[in-house]
Amino acid sequence: MNWNQILLMRDEISLTIIILVILVSDLIVKDDRKKIISNIAIGLFAIHTLAGFIPMPEGTLFGGMFKTDPLIFGFKNILNIGVFLILLQATSWLNDKMLGMAKIAEFYIVLFSSVLGIYFMVSAGHFLILYLGLELSILPVSALAAYEIYNRKSSEAAIKLILSAAISSGIFLFGISILYAIGGSLYFNDLIGKIHPSYLSVMGLVFVFSGLAFKISLVPFHLWTADVYEGAPTPVSNYLSVISKAGAVFILMVLLFITLETMHDIWIYLVYGIAVLTMFVGNFFALRQHNLKRFLAFSSVAQAGFILMGMTAANQLGITSIVYFMAIYIFSNIGAFGVVEAIALKTGKENIDDYSGLYRTNPLLSLVLMLSLFSLAGIPPIAGFFGKFFLYMAAASQGYYVLVFIAVVNVTISLYYYLIVIRAAFLRKSETPIAYFKSDNYMRVSLLLVTIALLVIGLYSPFYDYIYSISNIIKF
Amino acid sequence: MDILTLFVVVPVITVIALMFAKGKKQYRVVAMIGFIIQALMSFNLIYQYLQERASGNHHIMVFTKDVVWFAPLNIHYAIGVDGISILMILLTSIILLTGIFISWEVDDLPKEFFISLIVLSTGVFGFFISVDLFTMFVFYEIAVIPMYLLIGIWGTGPREYAAMKLTLMLMGASAVLLIGILGLYFHSAPNGGPYTFNIFEIAKLNLPIGVQRLFFPFVFVGFGVISALFPFHTWSPDGHASAPTAVSMLHAGVLMKLGGYGIFRIAMYLMPEGTHYWDNFFLVLAIIGVVYGALAAIKQTDLKYINAYSSVSHLGLVLVGLLMINQIAWKGAIIQSLSHGFITAMFFALIGIIYGRTHTRLISKMSGLLVFIPVIGILYVLAGLANLGLPGFSGFVAEMNIFVGAFQHTDTFHRVITILAASSIVITAVYILRVVGKILMGPPMAEYADLPGITWYEKTATFILLAFVVLIGTLPFWFGDILTNSIRPFIERL
Repeated sequence: MNWNQILLMRDEISLTIIILVILVSDLIVKDDRKKIISNIAIGLFAIHTLAGFIPMPEGTLFGGMFKTDPLIFGFKNILNIGVFLILLQATSWLNDKMLGMAKIAEFYIVLFSSVLGIYFMVSAGHFLILYLGLELSILPVSALAAYEIYNRKSSEAAIKLILSAAISSGIFLFGISILYAIGGSLYFNDLIGKIHPSYLSVMGLVFVFSGLAFKISLVPFHLWTADVYEGAPTPVSNYLSVISKAGAVFILMVLLFITLETMHDIWIYLVYGIAVLTMFVGNFFALRQHNLKRFLAFSSVAQAGFILMGMTAANQLGITSIVYFMAIYIFSNIGAFGVVEAIALKTGKENIDDYSGLYRTNPLLSLVLMLSLFSLAGIPPIAGFFGKFFLYMAAASQGYYVLVFIAVVNVTISLYYYLIVIRAAFLRKSETPIAYFKSDNYMRVSLLLVTIALLVIGLYSPFYDYIYSISNIIKF
Repeated sequence: MDILTLFVVVPVITVIALMFAKGKKQYRVVAMIGFIIQALMSFNLIYQYLQERASGNHHIMVFTKDVVWFAPLNIHYAIGVDGISILMILLTSIILLTGIFISWEVDDLPKEFFISLIVLSTGVFGFFISVDLFTMFVFYEIAVIPMYLLIGIWGTGPREYAAMKLTLMLMGASAVLLIGILGLYFHSAPNGGPYTFNIFEIAKLNLPIGVQRLFFPFVFVGFGVISALFPFHTWSPDGHASAPTAVSMLHAGVLMKLGGYGIFRIAMYLMPEGTHYWDNFFLVLAIIGVVYGALAAIKQTDLKYINAYSSVSHLGLVLVGLLMINQIAWKGAIIQSLSHGFITAMFFALIGIIYGRTHTRLISKMSGLLVFIPVIGILYVLAGLANLGLPGFSGFVAEMNIFVGAFQHTDTFHRVITILAASSIVITAVYILRVVGKILMGPPMAEYADLPGITWYEKTATFILLAFVVLIGTLPFWFGDILTNSIRPFIERL
């Protein structure tokens, strides 16, 4: 193994180094100056994110277990930006609430471990690496969910997360073993063309699909989502709803489009049915929520249904639409969660009714909230519209007009509940509105970046062209 | 920067300027300057258009521009105008300008009010200049969403309910429309090659009859909802009644015209076979809207509701005219769009002016206002007369053309439709004259004895609108000439 091959694992190696540096600096820094660790972690991760944009060669390692290509490279960069924004938003929560318990360094170590797991998931060329990545990505998050030890809901969230993660891993493993029994290999590439529709292979497909569906929180595997998002600290919910979900979406796409391509006629029903179910259930449950974190949880369930709709097109258009939508979804959701977090930190309020009259006291925050929610709903000229539109195009290109119609009906339903939040913030007046406050600079930078991204990404088409150009991973 | 893109850029610049302005006086002056520039631009556009046509440019669209936007999907930012669009742009810019004067005294969040109004106008202008289905759809949705804030924040009465209902129904409609657009796109390359959203590229190939019959109702209903096609008109009365004055003007005057324009330009132009297959069905719906709207207006007690139902009725006439599929009826339908835009904007402006003084819009609470506010009263009578189609005003020209066009069909079905449509004129007279008689003529009420007279900005707004109503009424041939050229491609296709 020479230097060039090592370079293929550049992201993983540099993230491991960052983890070690934080571990060591936690030993050196005195307890009363722990805040500096946040700066170190954010600074290092910023460098890591920027370095991620240095182009790198395509190739495989360990005999094809680990691979990288322009799409994986680009997707990791998108994830990095998302993680970076979440780090910025988490800072004031850590510094305000966790400083007393000297639990700052652990947060970064555990979070970065999970990111590392997602890197391996995304880069996997072999089911074992994929499984290891999956476990590495979800187990640390369970620890993070229980981070607020004084909060009982936080512990509850952690238990729920780890139990469902364990069950889904079991199911996933069972699916893998069935596929191994059929194909005689765990390499994605070796399995191509070997798995043909039969009772056994359908079982394998369903189990693998279900295992990943837990991570993406597709209906009927979404039941943990709302409780965990509500109980976990907001940055952790945020991470779960975007980064962890994005990793699973990516690998599900690769498995369905390439490895299980021969099963297309079977899994198309699965994808179609689950997409419809997920959109309806997510939206109808979101209608009834009062707590914003639960609300965003169900909204993210519904969004997963839209992503699945894009998977009906197993071609370059489908891949582009999904990756493009994921990138925009990351920004939109981080924006919405960021505002919720900023307000919850200062006032402890998380209910939609508490937001009445928000615009008159905190106009900028309300505007970011509106932009993010409109982006989630898909209102032009904000980026989310373009993401959704291209997903419709992907499904329509395969002739699934009924699916597209169901999706646009769901967009209208979802618009209703997004407008409920906007109604509270903009239309209503309140006797006791949330008083004006200033968030810390990290949060403001993060929300500023989100705002710029939401306004620019959609209208600026070269971003789409770039994703299209790297999405040609189906080689045959 | 080309002459058309400026219509989208100037509003954006105005918004940026507004962000730096301080205080109510500056806000409204900045907004007013922006809208005056737009109005001048639209006059200039008409002048340039006539020059271009006079110099022998006989393309369907002039001032076209085409920039590739999303290359892999062959999505373009494609713009261009013909005679129909320039008149619609004129209508939009005039109503926006008068809307600023009418909302001169907005006290609650004036900056946000003007910004929402301007964002909305960007969508409307963009819609009228687009010749690409994707661009058009984007601008259409941009025009709908600010409505939620405009009605929700600055509205009156059950504003939250009305705003939500309006937004959801219009967005639901755009969802239906989206299916139609995607259907057109994915059938735009029968021989392979890239698909296209460009209207004129799609028009070059004859879509299979099955496709046209399948997707025509999607596009028609999608646009039909915003022009209050029965039975999807229910958002309109509530929305108009709850909206602040300038927004009612803009909505009834301009936004509802997006529907008719879209139906004409996309549904009918791109799918002639679909049109011939579905026209009788939609004609029945449209005529129900005409008669139902007019009858419902008789029963209303709130001035704004009367005008809202009257809009349902008059926009039904636009659809009837469009579906009659001949040159005269089409000309009538387009002039009706313009005419109704100006008349209804003037009506809503006057209702706003009266409401600002009496603080009620209920007919039963008002009487004999003509004694105390004569100028406003007389303007109201004039608007009413224009609305019921008195010769000399724009309404007469428009409706006359529609009925003459409709009467060219000799079969019983179309005859019945025509007679029903013409009967709406009588019903219109009933509700207009009833209101005029009740609130303006009746015995003067002492509590209204010292109502303030009309202010300069209210006068400016209403007189500008009145001028256009009279202009169309007295010089109809001038508008007709602009339209004749632009209607020809439609005749060739249908």
